[in-house]
Amino acid sequence: MKISAIVTLKKDVLDPQGKVVQQALKGMGFDNVKEIRQGKYFEIDVDENDKKKAEKKAEEMCKKLLANLVIEDFKIIGSQ
Amino acid sequence: MNSSVIIFPGSNCDRDMAVALKKFGFKNKMVWHNDTELPKSDLVVLPGGFSYGDYLRCGSMASKSKIIDSVIKFAKSGGLLLGICNGFQILTETELLPGVLLKNKYSKFICKNVFVKINNSENKYFKNIKKNILELHIAHNEGNFFCSNDQMKEINDNNQIAVHYCSQNGEIEDSFNPNGAIKNIAGLFNKEKNILGMMPHPERMIDNYLSGEDGSIFFQNLINNLK
Repeated sequence: MKISAIVTLKKDVLDPQGKVVQQALKGMGFDNVKEIRQGKYFEIDVDENDKKKAEKKAEEMCKKLLANLVIEDFKIIGSQ
Repeated sequence: MNSSVIIFPGSNCDRDMAVALKKFGFKNKMVWHNDTELPKSDLVVLPGGFSYGDYLRCGSMASKSKIIDSVIKFAKSGGLLLGICNGFQILTETELLPGVLLKNKYSKFICKNVFVKINNSENKYFKNIKKNILELHIAHNEGNFFCSNDQMKEINDNNQIAVHYCSQNGEIEDSFNPNGAIKNIAGLFNKEKNILGMMPHPERMIDNYLSGEDGSIFFQNLINNLK
């Protein structure tokens, strides 16, 4: 089963990369971009058929390694 | 005095650190990240570099490597554990130190000499040190120290700030903060002060002809305190 998870920076954490991307977009003519926040996307292929169990495993992975909970939030966004 | 320097794939200050430790009298051993046992050590060092290519987050993969369990055990039993630059990042990822090192505020890799002021010298690292402002070298892309308000309160309550970025005369102000770190924090202790994480590299300042000597002051003082 494939689980999708995203990791994003918490709201009050500075994101210099997002800012630079926003500036580049502005330079390309995308004037109406208000803000860009950059995050990470993970596709986790787990050897598990039970959706709940697979999502729980992915959640544990996020908590233990994929996200640093001091500065990041994570969300399981889908499974198939 | 025995020291151990841990080598991760992508470490690049491990040899410099070994040279510095030996110069000031440590008997040093290099330890590979896949080992599980630490040699008998009075000091363990996590060196600078780009462990595991800085994949995922700086220091995150190294914080899960095989040797780390022994390193944590060593530190939790009171052993001296020093993390420089990437080593500091590894210490926060293992949660031996609070907070995290974010990308530099101005999106630049910074490589230059800075001054740091020692904030707390009641510990093995800085006790009796003959200068309280040191000129050291920094070279990092992620040195912007950040933590939650609760963590900051705890850091202050326990006097855990080790060194601040400052001017040549010791003024701790925004204009002398190279990377945006909260409160100009350049180095941090754990509560018990046996673990020190620092962005600046003392091992790069041990030769008066090549660089400067303030790193020598740090290492000489450290070994004196351990004797």
